[in-house]
Amino acid sequence: MASDLDLSFTLVALAPFIAALMAPYIFRFLKEYSSWALAIIPAAIFIFLLSFLPEIAEHKTVSAGFAWITALGVDLNFYLDGLSLTFGLLISGIGTFIVLYSGAYLKGHAHQGRFFAFILMFMGSMLGLVMADNLIALFTFWELTSITSFLLIGFDHSREASRRAAIQALVVTGGGGLSLLAGFALLNLITQHWNMTDMFAFAPALKQSEFYLPVLLFVLGGAFAKSAQFPLHFWLPNAMEAPTPVSAYLHSATMVKAGVYLLARMAPILGGTELWSTILPIFGGITLLWGATFALKQTDLKQMLAQTTVASLGLMVMLIGIFNEAAIIGVVLYLLAHAFYKGAMFMIAGGVDHSAGTRDITMLGGLARKMPVTFIATILAAAGMAGFPLTVAFLAKEEIYGALVETDVLTLFSQPQNLIAALVILVGNALMMAVGLAVLIKVFLGRQKPTAEHAHENSFSFWVGPAVLGILAVLAGVMTAFMGHNFVAPVASHIINQEVEAHLHLGFDIVTKPAFVLSLLTWVLGTLVFLVIDRIRVDLASLVERANISFDKIFDWLMFGLVRLSDAITRFLHHGRLEIYLTLVFLMFAAVFFGPLFLMQVDWQPLQMPQLHFYEWSTIAIAVAGLAAVLAARTRLQAIVSLGIQGFSVAILFLLYGAPDLSFTQFMVETLSVVILALVMTRLHLDQADIRGVSDRMRDGSVAFISGLGVTALMLLVLQGNLDMRLTDLFAATSVALAHGHNIVNVILVDYRGLDTLGEISVVMTAGIAILALIRIRSGGRQTGIGALKPEPRKAPK
Amino acid sequence: MLEQVLAALVGIFFAASIYLILSKAIIRMLLGVTILGNGVNLLIFTLGRVSREVPPIVSNGELQPAAGFANPLPQALILTAIVIGFAMFTFLLVLGYRAYQELDADNTDTMRVAEPKDAPRPPLSY
Repeated sequence: MASDLDLSFTLVALAPFIAALMAPYIFRFLKEYSSWALAIIPAAIFIFLLSFLPEIAEHKTVSAGFAWITALGVDLNFYLDGLSLTFGLLISGIGTFIVLYSGAYLKGHAHQGRFFAFILMFMGSMLGLVMADNLIALFTFWELTSITSFLLIGFDHSREASRRAAIQALVVTGGGGLSLLAGFALLNLITQHWNMTDMFAFAPALKQSEFYLPVLLFVLGGAFAKSAQFPLHFWLPNAMEAPTPVSAYLHSATMVKAGVYLLARMAPILGGTELWSTILPIFGGITLLWGATFALKQTDLKQMLAQTTVASLGLMVMLIGIFNEAAIIGVVLYLLAHAFYKGAMFMIAGGVDHSAGTRDITMLGGLARKMPVTFIATILAAAGMAGFPLTVAFLAKEEIYGALVETDVLTLFSQPQNLIAALVILVGNALMMAVGLAVLIKVFLGRQKPTAEHAHENSFSFWVGPAVLGILAVLAGVMTAFMGHNFVAPVASHIINQEVEAHLHLGFDIVTKPAFVLSLLTWVLGTLVFLVIDRIRVDLASLVERANISFDKIFDWLMFGLVRLSDAITRFLHHGRLEIYLTLVFLMFAAVFFGPLFLMQVDWQPLQMPQLHFYEWSTIAIAVAGLAAVLAARTRLQAIVSLGIQGFSVAILFLLYGAPDLSFTQFMVETLSVVILALVMTRLHLDQADIRGVSDRMRDGSVAFISGLGVTALMLLVLQGNLDMRLTDLFAATSVALAHGHNIVNVILVDYRGLDTLGEISVVMTAGIAILALIRIRSGGRQTGIGALKPEPRKAPK
Repeated sequence: MLEQVLAALVGIFFAASIYLILSKAIIRMLLGVTILGNGVNLLIFTLGRVSREVPPIVSNGELQPAAGFANPLPQALILTAIVIGFAMFTFLLVLGYRAYQELDADNTDTMRVAEPKDAPRPPLSY
């Protein structure tokens, strides 16, 4: 039964794919206006999802979908709760602006239609991912996001750096996907369900299960790869090779958060254990510090932002690991804050690049007057990055610090774990704030650098996204009650699996809270770091240069090692020597014959002296003699004629044992074979005798002997059994009665197995055509020898 | 005991054909393929059980063949196999003939167009 709801939910995930198919054609007709047409899709999805907000805010959930592979319990079913709705709104909402932005950013690009197709496909995959209830559906969409990410990073495929980044992202996130699949399969084995909603009931038992550890590790492997957690983080900064809209959309606002989403989604099933609260904060914390530190080293705006994205992802993973109410409320707020300000920041970076012609922060300065609207958007975004009051990031920061400090900052010193966590978060936040300030102040204020001379404010499509996101970041920070009721509470309730009411508020009493001290410290430290950021950058850069090792190099080393390994294996197996291939084949052949004899308990019946007539013995002897003559033949002609001897003996055997039809055919074919062979082969100047040496002959002889013995032994074994004569009896009984034929063999060929005979005729015809072609290639007069068929030498990639 | 003797003969056919196929000369391999075809046909024939002299043909006016008739089913299969084997043989023959003309060799060791000895290494770049 498909209701409207089932259809519309499925359409949310599928509509972008349909739009993707049409995008190139739409682009052909509408040119620069196509982004406006295509933006309708995500906008419509956004509005559709928004209509569920009141329902979701009451902690209700909506399920819909279709049966997919019923026999395996795999359905294409969707599930909307606070978590998926929040993500769905982010994906479709930011997606709308990204589509508009792409239209302006890639203006005049020949393959803009293709780009739209990719980005819409990604959007559909991502929407499917966050709404899927079934793990198989989730996995499918998960891998689709990896693939579309690959296509988008490698969009500018003429550059090697692009191709490398694309492959790197695919290998890391795709590999993570395989790990995830293993985890899902284990979950299914334990719970017998594929739907996550059905798994929640199994959570207590699962956490006791001995499979809990592998399940957790596999799932974390997938989530960490996707969300760029240390040590799998290195692909994300490289992914900045993609066009800026992609960086803003996939690699900051949405796709990289899929890992965080999965952790949040799985938290009721897997979360809250000792292990969970140990692994997640450790990896998240390292990722946070690593990303924040490396952000300071960069000069490229996009690289700076990418590294802080790594840091932010680390922070979110850390918070999900800490797993208390305040931490989870913090992570929900931070998720929104980050999507707003980081999405905006990337679009701003792209806008600056487009206008000033560079993204290098050391070459930029004083753009504020030239790009006033972008400047204002940047102020809003940087305020979010720094977590200043009135932004949603401020609320997030307060909750995060509040998660660690209960009554007094001094209590931290009695809880070493919380102290370390607080320090890590404080430093990480401060460094990210310094980066935010650098983008704002170094780029837009100060002396005008030469690059600023020709700078100009970009078109509407360039700044509408960042401006709206910046305003949203502030609105969300001010409308605390609305946010708390509609977004934070439903999402947090799901993650920690109990009713949470988020009492967010913004008042001056906030300064009296213990966590506010940490906020103040963050701002002080952030400002200090910003003041010396140029020196830190130079020092870090030289430090990294001296280290002379990086994850990138290790990745290259692994990839090239893999290529070399497969090359070595290929060369080992495909050595190009036919007789070794064949020897292996026949040894396997012999093994297959002898295997059953050894594996089965065989009761051999005693062999009796056969009662054969003299003419039977002599025919068999002639056959053997013919074979021997072929083997011993000194010349070609001798061998060919001897071949005829064994063939005619077989024909006589057929005749003796009641098969006249076979006998006639065999006589004919044998005669033809010998004649044709003699005609063709005597025209060639071939080696006369066997060219093999003695040792080769011994080896080949033994292989041949063993194989022959195996065939005979197996046949003897089979002959001991009973033959099923039902088919034969049927043919014999019905040949005249039904088919009106007296020669049963002929009746079988043309009636009972007529299609077989048709197949046989087709084979003969195909062989004939192939032979004709082989001969015609030559007589055509063109130079078409096999030498000319060699493939073109492979061109070195540009 | 007729079948056991034929089984031994089939083994000899197989051994001879494999020995020929393993030789590096194209023409010997071709002879080996032909013999292998005969060996397989005999194998099917033998495993369908063998009886002397009564062909699976129904006499005029009768509805069933005479008692002790030969098994027609393997015969039908072999008849198909002989024809296909012949088609295969002629194709291989022409293929070998053309290969000799183009490459001027009937020794498989020297025929390395498909898997050249100095095949280029895969590129170590993206």
